[in-house]
Amino acid sequence: MGDDPTTAAYASTRTRAIESLLVEKGILASDAVDSVVAAYEEDIGPLNGARVVARAWVDAEYKTTLLDNATAAIAELGIAGMQGENMVALENTDDVHNVVVCTLCSCYPWPVLGLPPYWYKSSEYRGRVVVEPRAVLSELGLEIDESTELRVWDSSAEIRYMVLPQRPEGTEDMSEEELTGIVTRDSMIGVARAEVS
Amino acid sequence: MATLGKGLFGVEHFRAGVEAIPIIPYMESSYYQRWMVTLEKNLADAGVLTEDEIDARAAELSRHPETEVGRREEPEFCEMLLGAIHGGMSPEREIEAERRFGLGDEVIAVGTDAPGHTRLPRYVRGKRGTVVRLDKAFVYPETSALREGENPEWCYGVRFEADEVWGADAEQGAPVYVDVWESYLEPA
Repeated sequence: MGDDPTTAAYASTRTRAIESLLVEKGILASDAVDSVVAAYEEDIGPLNGARVVARAWVDAEYKTTLLDNATAAIAELGIAGMQGENMVALENTDDVHNVVVCTLCSCYPWPVLGLPPYWYKSSEYRGRVVVEPRAVLSELGLEIDESTELRVWDSSAEIRYMVLPQRPEGTEDMSEEELTGIVTRDSMIGVARAEVS
Repeated sequence: MATLGKGLFGVEHFRAGVEAIPIIPYMESSYYQRWMVTLEKNLADAGVLTEDEIDARAAELSRHPETEVGRREEPEFCEMLLGAIHGGMSPEREIEAERRFGLGDEVIAVGTDAPGHTRLPRYVRGKRGTVVRLDKAFVYPETSALREGENPEWCYGVRFEADEVWGADAEQGAPVYVDVWESYLEPA
């Protein structure tokens, strides 16, 4: 049992073996492991990014700052942290749609979006979205017109990107808080639009 | 992350370990299985754990799955780690060197076939692009992964047109933007 390296049982046993040895050797701190897990399960997630987007939708001055210095604009809302030290925000318009990938690994703006979804780390998404982004987005349910420039951003160095989706029509009367509720994780990666549900 | 925080190895060593996995096992394994391979390799390289030790402990745990993994607390380290998670830990460095490129400069991405770690995506090697963003100076991953120093360099955002990278038959109107260290660029 547990010898086939492709099974979850093997992975689980091996992880526990490494964990227990590192604890005995005085290297791994159990409280640190627990805190990291809790931070990304409970505190840090796409709601942070949604707050940034909603603020940019209702406050033109904030939007200008966001597009000019995203790290500072995001910090204004009390959001910062690892993998968000050097942020750039990309604005979707009628003429330009932006989509983000990390072809080399899975770089992702953790403080605003949390940890990346499984598909973002898959070889299929990473390999295909740079070559045939319209086809990939179409498979994900998002049609981008031929006349719209589709920019693919490969986060290959230290900049982390978030997309500022277009504010949907018919949301003129919504409050900032209500707007926060319609901004999805996928719309901030660029594989979906923000929509009124 | 809790092992990375101990300074035994850096994220570039972690990535290099994933990239060193031979092609067939690489394709056959999942994202986190690759993480486990590189974690084991980096712990071995740091002289912390050997593969034999892990094998022996894993066999023991397979025989006795009810065994509880021990715990130890390290509140100060925990606080430092949470500080980094919430406060950030940028690989930005101050450097004296002047930038070799400016906005709008036409450049060609260059790479090497030297073994080791690189952050230049192969698909832009030899391709012509335009500098569209000037970024700060960041730790250079090639030498850092080899433990040969940080050697920070200016970074750039570069736009490559789809026909330049993928050819005239590819989807057009879909440029790709790649972020690069200065050593990856030559004037076009």
